[in-house]
Amino acid sequence: MVSSRSDAEASAAVSAAPMALPRAWRIEVFRAPGQADPRGRAIEGLAAELQLEGRLEGVRFGRGFLLPPELSRAAVDEIVSNVLCDPVVDRARLTAPGDAPEVPGGVRRVLAAVMPGVMDPVARSLGRLLHRTGRADQDQIGRVQSFRAHELSGDLTDGDLRQLGQRLLANETIEELHFDEESLGYEQPGGEAQRGPVVVPLLELGDAELLELSRTGQLSLTLIEMRAVQAHYAALGREPLAAELETVAQTWSEHCKHKTLCGIIEVERPDGSKYTIDNLLKSTIAAATHELDRDFCLSVFVDNAGIVHFEGEWAVCFKVETHNHPSAIDPYGGAGTGIGGVIRDILGAGLGAKPIANTNAFFVGPTDLAADDVPKGSLHPRRVLRGVVAGVRDYGNRMGIPTVSGGVWFDKGYVGNPLVYAGTVGLIPASMAQKEVRPGDSIVALGGRTGRDGIHGATFSSIELSEHSETESSHAVQIGDPITEKGVLDVLLAARDAGLYRGVTDCGAGGFSSAVGEMAEGTGAEVWLERVPLKYPGLTSHEVWISEAQERMVLSVPPDKLEALLELCAAEDVEAVEIGRFNDSGRLVLKDGEETVGDMDLEFLHDGTPRPTRHARWTPPELPDPGCPAAADPSKAIVALLGAPNVASREWIIRQYDHEVQGGSVLKPLVGERSDAPGDGAIVQPLRHSRRGLSITCGANPLYGRLDPYAMALAGIDEALRNAVAVGADPDQAAILDNFSWGNCDRPEMLGALVLAAEACQDGALAYRTPFISGKDSLNNEYRVGDQVHSIPHTLLISCMAQVPDVARAVSMDAKQAGNVIYQVGATHPELGGSHWLQELGLDGGTVPRPDLETAPALLRALHAAAAAGKLRACHDLSEGGLGVAAAEMAFGGDLGLELDLTKLPLGELPSGYDPASVALFSESCTRFLVEVEPHACSAFEQHLDGHPVTRLGSVIEAQELRLNLPGGSPCAVPLADLRRSHQSGFQS
Amino acid sequence: MPSQAPKALILRTLGTNCEDETAFALEAAGATTEVVHLNRLIEKPGLLETAQILVVPGGFSYGDDVAAGRIFGQRLRHALQAQLAAFIDGGGYVLGICNGFQVLVELGLLEGLHVPASERQVALTDNESDRYECRWVTLENQNSAASWIEPGTVWPCPVAHAEGKLVATPETVQALEERGQIALRYTSADGSAPEYPELPNGSVGAIAGLCDATGRVLGLMPHPERNVTPWHHPRWTRLPSRDEGEGLALFRGLVAAAARA
Repeated sequence: MVSSRSDAEASAAVSAAPMALPRAWRIEVFRAPGQADPRGRAIEGLAAELQLEGRLEGVRFGRGFLLPPELSRAAVDEIVSNVLCDPVVDRARLTAPGDAPEVPGGVRRVLAAVMPGVMDPVARSLGRLLHRTGRADQDQIGRVQSFRAHELSGDLTDGDLRQLGQRLLANETIEELHFDEESLGYEQPGGEAQRGPVVVPLLELGDAELLELSRTGQLSLTLIEMRAVQAHYAALGREPLAAELETVAQTWSEHCKHKTLCGIIEVERPDGSKYTIDNLLKSTIAAATHELDRDFCLSVFVDNAGIVHFEGEWAVCFKVETHNHPSAIDPYGGAGTGIGGVIRDILGAGLGAKPIANTNAFFVGPTDLAADDVPKGSLHPRRVLRGVVAGVRDYGNRMGIPTVSGGVWFDKGYVGNPLVYAGTVGLIPASMAQKEVRPGDSIVALGGRTGRDGIHGATFSSIELSEHSETESSHAVQIGDPITEKGVLDVLLAARDAGLYRGVTDCGAGGFSSAVGEMAEGTGAEVWLERVPLKYPGLTSHEVWISEAQERMVLSVPPDKLEALLELCAAEDVEAVEIGRFNDSGRLVLKDGEETVGDMDLEFLHDGTPRPTRHARWTPPELPDPGCPAAADPSKAIVALLGAPNVASREWIIRQYDHEVQGGSVLKPLVGERSDAPGDGAIVQPLRHSRRGLSITCGANPLYGRLDPYAMALAGIDEALRNAVAVGADPDQAAILDNFSWGNCDRPEMLGALVLAAEACQDGALAYRTPFISGKDSLNNEYRVGDQVHSIPHTLLISCMAQVPDVARAVSMDAKQAGNVIYQVGATHPELGGSHWLQELGLDGGTVPRPDLETAPALLRALHAAAAAGKLRACHDLSEGGLGVAAAEMAFGGDLGLELDLTKLPLGELPSGYDPASVALFSESCTRFLVEVEPHACSAFEQHLDGHPVTRLGSVIEAQELRLNLPGGSPCAVPLADLRRSHQSGFQS
Repeated sequence: MPSQAPKALILRTLGTNCEDETAFALEAAGATTEVVHLNRLIEKPGLLETAQILVVPGGFSYGDDVAAGRIFGQRLRHALQAQLAAFIDGGGYVLGICNGFQVLVELGLLEGLHVPASERQVALTDNESDRYECRWVTLENQNSAASWIEPGTVWPCPVAHAEGKLVATPETVQALEERGQIALRYTSADGSAPEYPELPNGSVGAIAGLCDATGRVLGLMPHPERNVTPWHHPRWTRLPSRDEGEGLALFRGLVAAAARA
């Protein structure tokens, strides 16, 4: 099974081989002849998108390993045949240390290996196994490496090879490629550790030099902030140390401090009058929550996630994060660490919650973008989307958390700056919603080791991307290691239940500097950096302090619990180390051995940020109202909209996520007779002993934002809530999150739109009586190509978790039974601004849908009462594409026809240029649903909805078609097969 | 002698993630359960003697690194081979679900613990689609040595895996068949030979689960513990009211058999 050239041949090859052949045993495991090679075939499939004109004939994929050279040949043979190589499907190729591998004739070789210092989980797992099973010594664990080998056949040019390698086989930000040459690095990064204090002279610097220092040091501090630092140290009469300056930069970063949302803003109204906002977040979104004062809110806006009461002794929490800039550079690693980070937010909420559901939303460029239209330094949207999906898949699935819902939005505005939102819901005993830190507690670092990865992530995420971002900021990108995080999850919850700590937070942006700095606010801390376990030597003291290496948590541990905690962690192979103590000094003191590398006043760190006044104004774009043109053929228009990128099926993505793990799935992301229809929201059952469910839904529509950011935000809230109500959740027991991704808010127009959206959040939350409990903003989502700056569309994601009183009363959107009655609930207005119908026609402008805050909240509650009483057989919200799309989805979801008379809809007097049939079909007015009711339940249903706009449109029919009677037109009928086919016709990978 | 409620030991390690719902299903079927970490079992192998059922649940043990189930299987071979052999010879039952099935194959429990890893005849490897897929399939219980599974029953169950394609030579499949080791097959809704996606991974002979020659060791790729409540089924909102999911029957059969042992 193991093939290897003879020793004589091997030594002959050494002299001819380049010097860089690894001094390690090299094993390459390929599929045996006759065995399927799915990975190779998948690469062949993706290669069809490249311009290779048939020159690629085949790809064989191999897994490669490097093992320490001092292992004996017999030992390596044993490892290969029992561990690395499957006896049924694989064949291995073994190469002695320093030799070149024996390569089959006629193939081109492409090797891909992670760069030194980048996480290599396979190597780590293998190294530990070899040690555990007595095959290798402890010190050999870290000397195992992995790589990938590809053998390509066909008449490929060097250019082809390079294109394949760079676009399909590796990401050169974190991996190195070798084309037809067999060298591979076999050493760990390291070098002499330059530990100890480093003085950064800045007291004498002028403005230009301060800015230069901020730029070259990747501090991302503004001149005003640099001056504040300078003044602070001038008053102290000394220069800052590197670790101190880095701590200030991390703590004051936009990412951590939210300087814009929490700053002072002078807003100019359209009439020229002005008003001032002191802390936009506090005065709008959080103000609404505090005014509502809902008693289920246990912890809002103060922790890593918002926590609300669920049932009995239990609470649930929710957080959504953005991970935009890393995902632009390395979609796979960026998305993986994004989901890993938000999971840690949940682990660090209160005393630590158990993650029970993941959710995500991606905003990317169009998948059919011409290669020439991809800006220099950017990745093609297809590659971004595939990478992001794979990253979320590999991290979320391995964590054992069901990914229950998600969304993708395509728009040209995201080409250079895609958005990746990742969210996690957690379950926590209500009594554990609060945490504390007491002087004398140990500071314990738990989880992954610290390396040079991810340095300057917090400050990197606070600046605009450019064509140079890929090279300048590659060290800000990391590869996640979900299995290490799973170990952290396991021991953390066990330690929580055993009462072994009293405070916890995650190590996110800024690393220890942020985590310890935040926890010590109000007390003080001394940290011993020499105790921090490192992945490899050679880090400076301040690198250890600010590294954003993943999968780490920081705990505050009472002295009498320390030993028990460390034992628990050791018992499950999770690393935990005491790295310092909290105290009551009000200072953050960093020691590295005997030396002090930082000594900071916590008050300056947390409250010393200058608060300059920013200016905001917003002018609506001056566009004529395009009206609502009639469709030449309404059937074709509906079919076309079902295939629109933002409407078409996401099944290829959804199937790659485990949405069933933990056994709590009640409503899945895809529903219906053939499980191919898009549900309005997912429901999970968090507690096995209770039938109370939790729905997870979202709302976002960036097409609305450019025309009317205020309406966009209200529509987002309405969408998230109506999705929840559609599946049977109680709008009165709902909590929502805000996630703003915006352009550069130093520009007044940009900030003006943000202010309007935030004010809408306040008004919406108050009207629906739905509190925001947490949120996050990601500003500076801009992309520079040459002199031109491109901003993303204003993007506000509203995420909602709402309680379903009894999961047995959950409602899915697919039509259930011929003969049942179909109603439209809610009123249709001529609101087509930002609609998919106008986009399909290439028209801009118009009135953006805006929920009626007087009537919408009561309508949602009335509809929920009907659902809770069991009166709804199906319910589907009307959103992108309006009633036309919703009716089609409801029909093919149920494998049943619908017969609807849209002339019954009271459209009122329409403005000129608004075709009544198109308004009925494609208006995107908010707070509307299609509802299926059994005939015997109709009167009860109508009673529940008394006083609200309800129109009996028709019924479910056996015939496999969507039959519509349209105002002012002839009846039309579309076969379900056409609807389904179009819905499945979107981009798939 | 076991009391009326047999005890199931649920073995977890780094990356295991289905232990809670598996315990719930076993308890609903009448067993008592104890979830134990691999490191504890290695320290105290005597724990095996307190149980009648050993379960290796689903998940991503050690991240599926190298190959799914490889590292967990290797660790069990290294540390607990003799104790596991004694447990099975003593009449114990073993269930491996998804990653647990992959572990049982690596460990050699289905072919016999005496077979070295390098001479294994059965592999679970990359799905034909080369990707992880989560979807519901239809299973048909076979007439096998695992007589505690009701033969002929056709039932829905979800799969969620990337490496679930069973590969073996025709001779090996024939031998498995003759020894009554083919316990579960994927089938189509109308009973015809399943094709993708009803056959989600490309398994030879549409094999979804294998037992050993004694019938007391069973491994399967699908997740029966994810179809135990009335609300697990993907179309439960279209179905008449139900009391439980179809997957519970498998656990009930296992627990009943272990109670009789």
